[in-house]
Formats: sequence, structure tokens, C-alpha cells
Amino acid sequence: MDLDDALETFIVECGELLEDMENALLGVEQAEEKDEMINAIFRAAHTIKGSSGLFSLDHIVAFTHVVESVLDRVRGGKLVITDKLIVVLLSCCDHMRALVDAVAQGERQGNPALQQQGEPLVTQLRTFLAAPTQTIPGSVPSTMLPSHTPDPVQRINGQGVSADHWHISVRFGPDVLRNGMDPLSMFRYLETMGRIRGIATLTDLLPAADQMDPEQCYLGFEIAFESQVDKAAIERVFEFVRDDCRLLILPPHSLISDYVSLIEQQQGELTRLGDMLMHCGTLTPQELDFALGTQESTPSTPIGTILVQQGSVQPEVVEAALTKQKLVKEAGAAESKSIRVDADKLDQLINLVGELIIAGASVNLIAHRARVVELTEATSKLATLVEDVRDSALQLRMVRIGATFNRFQRVVHDVSRDLGKDVTLMIDGEETELDKTVVEKIGDPLMHLVRNSMDHGIESAPERQLRGKPVQGTLKLNAFHDSGAIVITVSDDGGGLKKDRILAKAMERGLVEAGHHLSDSEIFALIFEPGFSTAEKVTNLSGRGVGLDVVKRNITALRGTVGIASEEGVGTTVTVRLPLTLAIIDGFLVSVDKAVYAIPLDMIEECVAYTAEPGHDYTNLRGEVLPFIRLRELFSVHGKPAKGENIVVLKHNGQKAGLVVDTLLGEFQTVIKPLGQMFAQSKCISGSTILGSGDVALILDVPQLVRQAMVRTGQLQ
Amino acid sequence: MSAAAPLFIEGELTIFRAMDLKPVLLADPQPLEINLAGVTDIDTAGVQLLMLAKKTAQASRRELRLVAHSPAVMEVFDLLNLAAFFGDPLVMPVGKKDKQHGS
Repeated sequence: MDLDDALETFIVECGELLEDMENALLGVEQAEEKDEMINAIFRAAHTIKGSSGLFSLDHIVAFTHVVESVLDRVRGGKLVITDKLIVVLLSCCDHMRALVDAVAQGERQGNPALQQQGEPLVTQLRTFLAAPTQTIPGSVPSTMLPSHTPDPVQRINGQGVSADHWHISVRFGPDVLRNGMDPLSMFRYLETMGRIRGIATLTDLLPAADQMDPEQCYLGFEIAFESQVDKAAIERVFEFVRDDCRLLILPPHSLISDYVSLIEQQQGELTRLGDMLMHCGTLTPQELDFALGTQESTPSTPIGTILVQQGSVQPEVVEAALTKQKLVKEAGAAESKSIRVDADKLDQLINLVGELIIAGASVNLIAHRARVVELTEATSKLATLVEDVRDSALQLRMVRIGATFNRFQRVVHDVSRDLGKDVTLMIDGEETELDKTVVEKIGDPLMHLVRNSMDHGIESAPERQLRGKPVQGTLKLNAFHDSGAIVITVSDDGGGLKKDRILAKAMERGLVEAGHHLSDSEIFALIFEPGFSTAEKVTNLSGRGVGLDVVKRNITALRGTVGIASEEGVGTTVTVRLPLTLAIIDGFLVSVDKAVYAIPLDMIEECVAYTAEPGHDYTNLRGEVLPFIRLRELFSVHGKPAKGENIVVLKHNGQKAGLVVDTLLGEFQTVIKPLGQMFAQSKCISGSTILGSGDVALILDVPQLVRQAMVRTGQLQ
Repeated sequence: MSAAAPLFIEGELTIFRAMDLKPVLLADPQPLEINLAGVTDIDTAGVQLLMLAKKTAQASRRELRLVAHSPAVMEVFDLLNLAAFFGDPLVMPVGKKDKQHGS
């Protein structure tokens, strides 16, 4: 792990911690068990400060320290967490994110603009720190240390008979420095949690000059550390080097036998290590003599027992320390169940699986031609396996939508504040999984929908009261799987859409002709048309008419669809349907003349033999009118239609349309390859794929085809 | 063998230059005095090198003085409590540390 890798991990982790912190801040108001939430917030700030310290990002440490101090007061019950404080802390979250982002962009020392942004926040935070005295979280109450004038002479010989401080013994591994970790910055960080009372540097392992590698670490340290943090917190300081160092932490008032075993564990002369302990102020000379003396006279372990009998030790301290250690270990085990993988590597894997499917298809084809039974059998087994591999590879890219949903807690919080409305967000189906690429791209459209609902959908509190609704408006986000697609709904219990107003506006804009009859869903769909906005007042959120058509365009680009249902006075539900994956689909192959086309299988309703009156572009499908498009005409394929043409019945968004083709070729695993820039303008084609024979087949854009068929028959304007 | 001239170290005394600095610090004849006034930054690797130089000098019963510690060096020596190891007169930084802590 070199420094850049570590820094990248740091940046990613900070992002996650800030997200956690934000979520906890948003949840803490409603939470019944506030303590747990407050602890989570504190831990997040604390860890960020700690890791920043490791990378010598002093400006982040400085800012986070103030945040942490305020949180520490909250945690200690000295400060009540109020709405006002939450707003300030949320801004602090944003600022910390900005700081970390700046680091990600290479500004290791921050920049003046950010500093300026941070200052008012610090000032605000300071108002919460009632007494402007030192607020280092680990500072020891003065009652515990009646006289602690940190005189260097006293530091060696003075207090410490009862050793009311932690003792940290650490031997760094040879590669620590090369890995970009500097023990000095760990100690500096340690100083932010408490006070290093004494430190002794061990140089015994430093080899002779000619054997010494200047980039290796040979040093060890014995540290007396005075703080009120717990053992896990101290261990966290050394988190980045934990695998690469020997670390021993003794709690305050440890048994002398513990020190003895510490001494025994270390290589080197006993007395020398004893001296070290004495030097850093952990043991007094008397205690050291006693420890070494008892060790000689009773080589087994009764020292502890004797001390307990004498009443000079507290066994529970040790026990507590052990329990804590165990907890830390268990947490570590849970962490190691998942691993971080570079998204690029996953993409690479999916690409390879795609190639594998194509290659497999060609092997299949050859096997069929060769007519060797064994070969056919083997290839079909192979095909099954390839399919499994495909499914599990795609599964790897699946992520839960919960994280995306949870981001909206903050959005709802902020927007409802801006609008002066009282809105709560309910989230359902967080565990629904979908492709990572889809998740990334769905964020913006969802944001638009959420804001739109809050701005135009949900009424202001007095208005709601007037209508006999609960004063607090509810916004719901839901996600679930439905036949090969994921469905996300955004619903509110607001005023609903006003049909007549939409219709009037549409006529005014020339989108609909007067006297034209439209179904409800067709009217509602109008609000997704470009340049359409019925909002009478333009707010900074929406109402500029650039909103919903962009949403629709983004969703269509993902091969998805958007629909809307609404009841005036009750609420509106926007339904977004997206394909589960963007990479590989089950397709159905058809051909016209010699050209082969692929159609996404889940959009095909059925296939029927071609029958139609000559000259008409529709047919009778069991008593229903089915408009169709001749693929031969659409793509201007020359030659005469083959005998026995077929109609593929496509279904999209509740509408059906037929597609007239020459031959039906059957199912095919379709690896979607994007089309080049050249084809960006071509409608009705959404991509291409490679067949087993090596030929290219175009993938048809079903929503576009259905739409065209509707337009032709005049069913849709 | 004539006494070597004082060695001036300028800039960083860190792992990035450790490889280059080791032969300089342990040159034959070894310098008697290392002037640290120009050291802008020092890390554990740097401290280790100074310790090695000191130990090597001690092993051959020679003297090695560190003088004119720059603030960066002083801060680290103070943090690691190294004044005693090198034995150079360094009264001020200890006092400074106390002040820092009291503030």
C-alpha cells in the first residue's frame, strides 16, 4: 500500500463516514434512543479527525476538532442537541466534505477560499462551547491530578505511583515508513486525544551503519499517555499500521504483573526495558524494583493474586480492557467479509463475460453444423455454465438502492426548510438491488422528482389543515422488482395534478389540439413534455420548465420509462421503470431479408402470423386493432417480402404495437454494445450486438417503435 | 585525518531523501557537527538517521554535536523526548513545550 492508495482509501472512507454522520444527524431528532445516534455522529467526526491526522492534513484536523469538541459536549449531556445545532452541524458536514474533496484534488493543505468558508462555521460552533476553555476530549478533570505542572524533571520521577494513565508500547515493523506511515503523525494525533506524559524512544534495534537501510523503521516507543478515551480509540490511532507493528496497550492502574510480562515480551535486556518504563513515567523506581524482584522469586504468576489480596489493583479494569479488545476483534472479522473492488475491474469482468457469451454463441453454431453429438452436448453444458457466470458477474455489480434513497433524507430536510413546509420522507424497499451504473444515473432524475413533489405536490401546512389532512406532508420513496425490471415510485400526499389546468396549458402551448380526447394518463404524461410547467410561481427549485422533460430524457436514456398517476386532492405517484442491467439482456432475434435484429425479450408479448388487408398499417388481433410497422419499410430494405411474414407483438407502457418481420430466429443472449457517435441520431435503434457467426445485429428500440406506431395511426399526438 | 567541516543539512530530512542523506551523514571522516538550522521538515526516517550518526560516532568514541536545531527539528525532538539521547544543550524547547501545553 503506497501513500496514494492509502489516501484514496481515506477519501472513500471519509465520504462514507460523512454520509453516516449526515444520516444520523437527520435521524437524531426523531430517534427515541438518541444516545446511540449521538455516539455514531461523534465517532464519525472522531475517526475523520484521526485519519486526517495520520495524513498530516492539519487543516482538516483543526476544523474537525472543533466539531468533535461540540459533539463531545453533546455526548456528555452538557449540551442538548437542538434543531439549530443540527443545522450548523449539517453545514459542518458539507464543509468537511468540501475539505476532503479538495484533498482528493491534490490540495493537501487546503486553500484560502475553503478556510474562509470554514471560519463562520467555527465561530458558530464556538457559541456552543459555552466556556471557551480547552476542550480536548481527553483532558483529565483536575480532581484526578491535583498538581500537574508538566516539569520535565518531575515527568521522570514524580507522579505515577498509581499510574493513572495508559501505557502504550509499540514496535514498528520495518516497512512502516516505506508504506508512507510516519509514527510521528500518530503521536501527534495521540496528543489531540489526551496528553503524552512521557515517551521513551527505543533504538536497540538500530543496526550498524553499513547494515542500516535508511528507509526501514527500526524504532520502538514506550509512551505514558494520559487520556479518558477507551482502549479501542487508542488502537485506532495505530489502525493503519496494526498489521505491521507490535502494539501493547495497558490500561490505567494495570497490574504490575502486566508490566512484567510486557518487559518479558520485549527483546533486549530486561533492566533496559525497565528503565524505559521508568523513563516515560509509567513505573516508579520502587515499583520497577518490586516488579523485577517478584518476578525472580516467584516465576509463575502469583503477583497478580498477591496484589489483588493487597487490594492495590482493580481486576475489573483488566477485564474491561479484555472485553473491549474482543469486541474490536469481532468488528474486524465482520469487516473482512466484504472487500472493496475497483469499479473498473468489475466493468472489465463484465466486458469479458460479454465476450465469452459471444464466443460461446459462435462455438454453439459450429457445434450444430458439425453434427457431432458429444460436441453439441458439451457446448450446451458450457452454455449453461456461461449463463451462470453471466448472472453472478452481473450480480456483483448489483448494489442496494438504500444508499441512494437515504441521501434524500437530507434533501427533504433542507428543501422543506427552504420552502417552509413540514415534510417527512418514508423509504421502502431499500434492499432492492440494481445495477451500479443505473444507480449512479438515477440519482439526478430522482432528485428532480422529489423536489418537484415537495415544491408543487405537497401543500403548505395551513392549506393542508384547511383540507383536513395531517399537517405534516409525506413523501414516499419505494423500490421493487417487477418482471426483469426495477420499479421506483415517488409518491406524495399533496394536492395532485389538476387535469384541466394541464390540458389548458398544453393547448396554449400547442401540444394538444382542442377537442381531442385524451385519457387521464395521457394528460398526466404531458407534464414530461419539453417546455411544460404549470407552476404559477417560479421558485429556485422548480417551475422553470426545464425539469421534468429532462427527467424523462435521462430515464429513457437508461432504457427506462416513466409514468404518472394522480388524484386531485389526494396525491401523485410517479413510477419509474428501469431495466435491471445495462450490459447483457435476453434478446429475441428476427430477420428481414439477410439482416438480423434483436429485440429485448421482456418487451415481446407474443408472435403471430401476418395477416392484414393490403394497404393498411394495422391488423385485427383477437378483435383488437393492432397498429404495426413494417421493419422492411422502416429500414428501407430492398426486395420483396418473404412468404409467411410474422408479426411480433411489442408491449410497452400499456400500449401494444406490431412489428412485421420476415423470419423469427428465436432467443439469444444479447450483449449490448453501444453504437458509435455516428448513429446517435438514428431513432428506433438502441444498440448493437454480435452474433455467434460474428455478424452484427442491431438492437431495436422498442419504446420508440411503439410510439411511432401510435403516431402513425393517430392515437398519439 | 583532519577534522571534518560542520555539515549543513538544508530542506527536508525525511524518508524521501533518506537514501541520499545516509552516505552524507556517515561520510568518512564523519562530521563533528551537524547544523540543522536549514531543516524544514523531519520525520521518523530523519530522526533515525540522526540517531544512527550519533551511535556510529559514539561507537568510534568520537563526538557528534547537533547544533542550531530548526523549529521543525525541535518540535520532533520534543515530541519524542530525544534531547537526552543526543545530549546536546537544548534547554529552550523543553520550556517551549510546556508553554504550548499550557495554552
